[in-house]
Amino acid sequence: MEEIRKQILKYLEKNSRADLGELAVLLDSDEVTIANELAQMEKEKIICGYHTLIDWDKTGEERVNALIEVSVKPQRDKGFDKTAERICNYPEVTAVYLTSGGYDLIVTVEGKTLMEVSRFVSGKLSPIEDVISTTTHFILKKYKDHGTLMFQKNKSERMLVTP
Amino acid sequence: MRDPLSKKIVGIEPSGIRKFFDMVSEMPDAISLGVGEPDFDTPWRVREEGIYSLERGRTFYTSNAGLKELKVEIGKYLQRKIQVAYDPDNEIIVTVGGSEGIDIALRAMLDPGDEVLIPQPSYVSYLPCTILANGVPVVIPLKEENEFKLTAEELKAAITPKTKLLVLPFPNNPTGAIMTKEDLEPVAEVVKEHDLYVLSDEIYSELTYKDDHVSIASLPGMRDRTLVINGFSKGFAMTGWRLGYICGQQRITEQMLKIHQYAIMCAPTNSQYAAVEALRNCDGEVQQMRTAYNQRRRFLIHEFQKMGLPCFEPFGAFYIFPCIKGFGMTSEEFATRLLDEEKVAAVPGTAFGECGEGFLRVSYAYSLEDLKEAVGRLGRFVERLRA
Repeated sequence: MEEIRKQILKYLEKNSRADLGELAVLLDSDEVTIANELAQMEKEKIICGYHTLIDWDKTGEERVNALIEVSVKPQRDKGFDKTAERICNYPEVTAVYLTSGGYDLIVTVEGKTLMEVSRFVSGKLSPIEDVISTTTHFILKKYKDHGTLMFQKNKSERMLVTP
Repeated sequence: MRDPLSKKIVGIEPSGIRKFFDMVSEMPDAISLGVGEPDFDTPWRVREEGIYSLERGRTFYTSNAGLKELKVEIGKYLQRKIQVAYDPDNEIIVTVGGSEGIDIALRAMLDPGDEVLIPQPSYVSYLPCTILANGVPVVIPLKEENEFKLTAEELKAAITPKTKLLVLPFPNNPTGAIMTKEDLEPVAEVVKEHDLYVLSDEIYSELTYKDDHVSIASLPGMRDRTLVINGFSKGFAMTGWRLGYICGQQRITEQMLKIHQYAIMCAPTNSQYAAVEALRNCDGEVQQMRTAYNQRRRFLIHEFQKMGLPCFEPFGAFYIFPCIKGFGMTSEEFATRLLDEEKVAAVPGTAFGECGEGFLRVSYAYSLEDLKEAVGRLGRFVERLRA
């Protein structure tokens, strides 16, 4: 990949709010180049979205996340794709990964309450034709998400002026 | 009572930074741009190795010159980075930070009256350490028009029959200047011609933003005329671990080792174990830090240009050295007023030698958010001065 693209992506991955002018300065480029590369990478679906990492626990808003291991019976020619794509369609589902190990898919689900998520698993996910079994893990606390610490780090004890 | 003090030590000025530190310390809401150490934590894998070494009960002395394992890694690292081979058994000493290297080198090499050439602006300890070693410091004032590099002409002009050693502090604190191979070659020629030695302080060697760092020791005929000082403080964000090293020909290292042996014994053991991990597995972390510094550097240069604050583009360390001569104030006045009026701390250039007058050392070992806030305040201050 071109160096400038790599640099843009690496930067945006940590801070998607950086504006064109700022990116141009930090990456030693110019705004037009950055804008063109961004537009092109959006078109190519290299950049798939600009999301915000939110700690909902701090808002008082009820949110429950679960990580569900799913065993799936693969289909001739299609493997796991058809079932995975089907699971993706539910708005409750926030991520679907094909994984190695004891299970086939990892599905993350978000709901308002434990009950709501449980109902989704028993009512929607498990009954899917090729789903053999599921194991649900409710997420109790997020320590780190998307490479970002979700807890307060100790304040720096660096002295204010040193040679 | 008789005077308890040595005249030599009483005659040495305390570091000019100290005074500034005291002022800033009384201002808890000040934003500082005055720090000479990384804002990053030591990479976790390195810290973990330090913890693990304590858990394993590795709480004893190491051999005087340092852990064999670490010296071997240092040898490999220098071969890889500066293409100079040092024998881990005889030519590398692990020291308590790069600072100790400066001290033991000067003490091992100087006889009373020997002159040491010290380009300034530069780190605060070369001059007093020379005096403590009974040498005579001779300052070479570097010029902004040369981007604060040392030129062969400046070097030649400072040499006398008593000159023995040249201190070469690049990448430079406080100016951020680097010296490329092309810059070093004519200097090396003069050094050889006049039969001098070089104390090359390369503590910021990991932090260059144009070309990779070049050591004068790697130039033809220079290896045995050079002592290379480096360490873990800056590149690996390990200032508090107090770990550095000094390398050179055995004839000098074996004498330096005696001083180290009697004064220090050995560098901290758990720091040494942690440093092995730093050299083996931290290229990625170092690269990430370098990238972040480089982005901040570009940000500051851009902002200073917008403000109309003249400044040559520095390609090393984590400092920018803008010129404030246009405001009709000394560096100290400028820094003091900036602190009083906008609560931004930056170190006056004069803390690094008289020829730093008219300049300010701005450190970018801060997050971009902090820098934005500080630059906003600095911009306001500059505008007010011009009004």
